[in-house]
Amino acid sequence: MDRIPILRMGEFLLVTIQVDMHDQLAMQLQDDLTRAIDKKGAKGVLIDISALEMVDSFIGRMIADISGMARILDARTVLVGMQPAVAITLVELGLSLPGVATALNVERGMVLLRRLLAESSGDDHFINR
Amino acid sequence: MTISSTGELPLTNEHDIVLGRQSVRRMAQQQGFSLVDQTKMVTAASELARNTVIYGGGGVLKWALLSEGIKRGVRLTFEDQGPGIANMELALTDGWTSGQGLGLGLTGTRRLVNEFEIESTVGVGTRVVITRWK
Repeated sequence: MDRIPILRMGEFLLVTIQVDMHDQLAMQLQDDLTRAIDKKGAKGVLIDISALEMVDSFIGRMIADISGMARILDARTVLVGMQPAVAITLVELGLSLPGVATALNVERGMVLLRRLLAESSGDDHFINR
Repeated sequence: MTISSTGELPLTNEHDIVLGRQSVRRMAQQQGFSLVDQTKMVTAASELARNTVIYGGGGVLKWALLSEGIKRGVRLTFEDQGPGIANMELALTDGWTSGQGLGLGLTGTRRLVNEFEIESTVGVGTRVVITRWK
């Protein structure tokens, strides 16, 4: 079965979705990614959807779920590269992806991910005191 | 209104959903839709195709390319012989879902197109017709 590759970059994981995913493939990615976060102790996940020409409610929910699951596993997710036409359609469809951090491209996504991690380690420090 | 061409695609499994939206993309491009309009129509088709496959137990997608004066459009009809929708009012409420979705399927789809019609009879099946004009 085909799979979407998950690349490791230091303490981050990078996923680039380059195919028009069927539902099972999207579910497989959710599974693989949560497993990879756990196994590699990743602190951040960057999901690049710049090649996706469409995000419907199923794929949107998959992305929101990944972000939620990663959060519980102590990792932050940033979604990058959404095409403007996809963003317009998603909001009109009624899906604004609350709780999912987004950035315009991979570069800005990395900056945001580092900032989110710095903030959350600050929280830990506060809690530990 | 003139119908310039028509056709039919099967919707029996997940792969048909992917093939269906790729076909709809090509139709929208052929009719000269803008990228945003193409994306809206493809997304609407994806939502309805999934309903046909998952809730309707499979069915067909009938398509038609339309023109009216200088206007061009795409009409898609999704038909299944599934269990039908018992409570249409509820199904057309934002946020309501019978299954694993987000409850955006029908109401969300309606916002993405210019014309939306739905007919459903319990035990007989469901038919949804959407049209989007350039």
